[in-house]
Amino acid sequence: MSAVDAGVMPHSFLAGEDGLRQWLTTRDHKRIAILYGLGITFFFFLGGAAATLIRLNLITPQGALMGAETYNKAFTFHGVVMVWFFLIPSIPATLGNFLIPLMIGARDVAFPRLNLFSWYLYMAGGAFTVAALLAGGVDTGWTFYVPFSTLFSNSHVFLAVIGVFVSGFSSILTGLNFIVTIHTLRTPGMTWFRLPLFIWAMYAVSLVMVLATPVLAMTLALIALERGLGVGIFDPALGGDPLLFQHLFWFYSHPAVYIMILPAMGVVSEIISCFARRRVFGYRFMTYSMLAIAVIGFLVWGHHMFVSGQSVYASLVFSLLSFVVAVPSAIKVFNWTATLRKGDITFEAPMLYALGFVGLFMLGGLTGLMLAAPALDMPLHDTYFVIAHFHYVMVGGSVMAYLGGIHFWWPKLTGRRYPEAWARFAAILMFFGFNLTFFPQYILGYEGMPRRYHSYLPQFQVLNVLSSGGASILAIAYLLPIAYLLWSLRYGKPAGDNPWQARGLEWQTSSPPPTENFLRPPVVQDAYAYQEPAP
Amino acid sequence: MSFLQSLPPEASSLAFQIDVFFWSMAALCALVAVGVIVAVVFYGVRYRRGSAADRSGRHREDLGVELTWILVPFALFVGAFVWSLSIFALARTPPPDARTVYVVAKQWMWKFEHPGGQREINTLHVPIGEPVRLTMTSQDVIHSFYVPAFRVKQDVLPGRYTQLWFIATKLGAFPLLCTQYCGTDHARMGGAVIVMRPAQYGRWLQAGASGGTLAAQGAQLFRSHGCSGCHSPNAAVHAPELAGLYGQVVHLADGRSVIADERYLRDCILLPAGQVVAGYPPLMPSFSGQLSEEDLLALIAYIKSIATADAAGSADERR
Repeated sequence: MSAVDAGVMPHSFLAGEDGLRQWLTTRDHKRIAILYGLGITFFFFLGGAAATLIRLNLITPQGALMGAETYNKAFTFHGVVMVWFFLIPSIPATLGNFLIPLMIGARDVAFPRLNLFSWYLYMAGGAFTVAALLAGGVDTGWTFYVPFSTLFSNSHVFLAVIGVFVSGFSSILTGLNFIVTIHTLRTPGMTWFRLPLFIWAMYAVSLVMVLATPVLAMTLALIALERGLGVGIFDPALGGDPLLFQHLFWFYSHPAVYIMILPAMGVVSEIISCFARRRVFGYRFMTYSMLAIAVIGFLVWGHHMFVSGQSVYASLVFSLLSFVVAVPSAIKVFNWTATLRKGDITFEAPMLYALGFVGLFMLGGLTGLMLAAPALDMPLHDTYFVIAHFHYVMVGGSVMAYLGGIHFWWPKLTGRRYPEAWARFAAILMFFGFNLTFFPQYILGYEGMPRRYHSYLPQFQVLNVLSSGGASILAIAYLLPIAYLLWSLRYGKPAGDNPWQARGLEWQTSSPPPTENFLRPPVVQDAYAYQEPAP
Repeated sequence: MSFLQSLPPEASSLAFQIDVFFWSMAALCALVAVGVIVAVVFYGVRYRRGSAADRSGRHREDLGVELTWILVPFALFVGAFVWSLSIFALARTPPPDARTVYVVAKQWMWKFEHPGGQREINTLHVPIGEPVRLTMTSQDVIHSFYVPAFRVKQDVLPGRYTQLWFIATKLGAFPLLCTQYCGTDHARMGGAVIVMRPAQYGRWLQAGASGGTLAAQGAQLFRSHGCSGCHSPNAAVHAPELAGLYGQVVHLADGRSVIADERYLRDCILLPAGQVVAGYPPLMPSFSGQLSEEDLLALIAYIKSIATADAAGSADERR
């Protein structure tokens, strides 16, 4: 803040009306971001608890902890919670909500009331999912494959399906809100190609959320129709087609992978550019590649079905398109690397998370290429190779980026610095814990260990024990940030408005920002103008 | 390293080709990964804050570089796609002389039926060096037939037949696993494929042949369910002739032409109204719910067995 404002302390969005009722009826995008943050953290640890049970059980070939049914419910709950109640909303609903208006110089999102409603939908969906757990659990797997989920499972499929259905509308409305916000509320001078890549990522992901999620809603409704009323849609015994379900499900669920990874790409672009003090290499290619991923991502769903009985010709087309969609991801990895060249690099915790993201996302993407080849998918499909592949992308990729983003914008969000040494330690621990957990699973998959197995052949034990050992390190690495971030809320050093000397508009207002976001109109410049001094 | 010893053996004709492709892709991926990691570490050290490295032209961009790392990966990907295609096409084309075994999966077991009428559960005996084609269906949910040592996998669906084929190249017992989650005991839905020498296999087949061939069982069902009342040359009802039908092109009343394969025969028995043969009245009732998956396979084996015979009645003598 300049001297003009020195006497007028801006009104922080965190201060002021702070009763529970004020928070639960707020229309401030920054407070809604925090509400989402609380919900998402809760579900992350709930899903993490299920993962802990899974890894403990797999220490011995017979299944050390649980019977088959409990195990099946544990991995189903882990999948449902982590996909729909953590990963899908994680970056968009928290960092996206908080940052989009700040980064484009707006007062709020386009539809603040709808934004709050989206949070209530998310929480209601979560409540149904927790209810399904408390009622006794679901054992279909997060993929709800038919006819198992419609006619054979004796568990609480309805509750789980309703939970996902409801939370889907939260995605749709959030996506809609973001698209309208980015189109209509950019401050004068904030042209499309001056937008931070994080905003481009939010724009691309919003398109996917709005276009793909309704298909999920329809598919889940059809499950309910077949299960509840016996309408024959998917079960051949009723005249239906089980592959129809898989086509519909993956038409949503493959783009959903991009819902999880595009925001992470946005976050990492901001962080790497800031800590290398350099404009993102190939900015335009970075925007085009995100849009390409969003569009081509809609045309590759059949690569989940190479061994399903889908026609060979369909498999060939889906295989080719899956290789094509890997090109824009490769472009991004190379551009991030090139951004480091001739930089002036420092390695604070957000940068460590971002570099960790690049490495892990790259490994996940490269092994995805192997799975895009039907000849390799035939032995590897539904084995631990696939489990390792998508955990590298979603956990190694998205979760690392989410935590990197939380650390990067923590000073802006709270006005406090987190303890740097602890944060670096947690990031490094997470990287190694992650690799120890999931790299052995690639080998397990190649050796032929199928997924969703509560017990396994004895020759798979060594690698499973390694993986479980890694998981315990990973668990500590995930708990550490909770502890020190909470600590920093009270004891952290005051952050100042722009502790990283970053160039985005969000750094021009105070930390934490006032309810109005900007007391003076921000000075619009290129989001990565590190060649010029900060305004 | 003990876990490396547990890499599955290459025990089918496809396994070696798939492994060469797998390790080539793995090597390519490792090369790219190491390249990027080395670059990140190198730049990270060289351009750390305070280093004396030259930073002139820092914010410059380079279209040529950008196009290079778009086009080179794309070319490599297309190469990988073509290589994969050549293997996958082979894996999906069973040789015409392959020996057929029928598979019926259910929660949570694998049932196998050989053309000679031998039945087994969770264990499949096959001869070494001979192509074996599995025609598979499920009685309930989706399962998946996976033999890691053969590098083959195919989902097994209710309501339709899927196929998988292999030539076993090593003697021994190889784990068979279900890889499509199918409920409580999914992890226990396993068994073994036992590969035997041809002579040994012949003895095994003989020891297990007691209830007549699958086709003979089908002929029995053909009569007991009244099929022969219409589908025989001297029947009063005008119904399509089945002798010589299997594998032929059939012209349907709605104008389509289909090949009379296993799937077509199955659909005709269960949903006859859906594929009425051109020139015939839609008289046939559905047998849905009256025949088990095993019965259906026996009927199909019977219809296949008369593909070359003169008349339906002669099939019994032929065995």
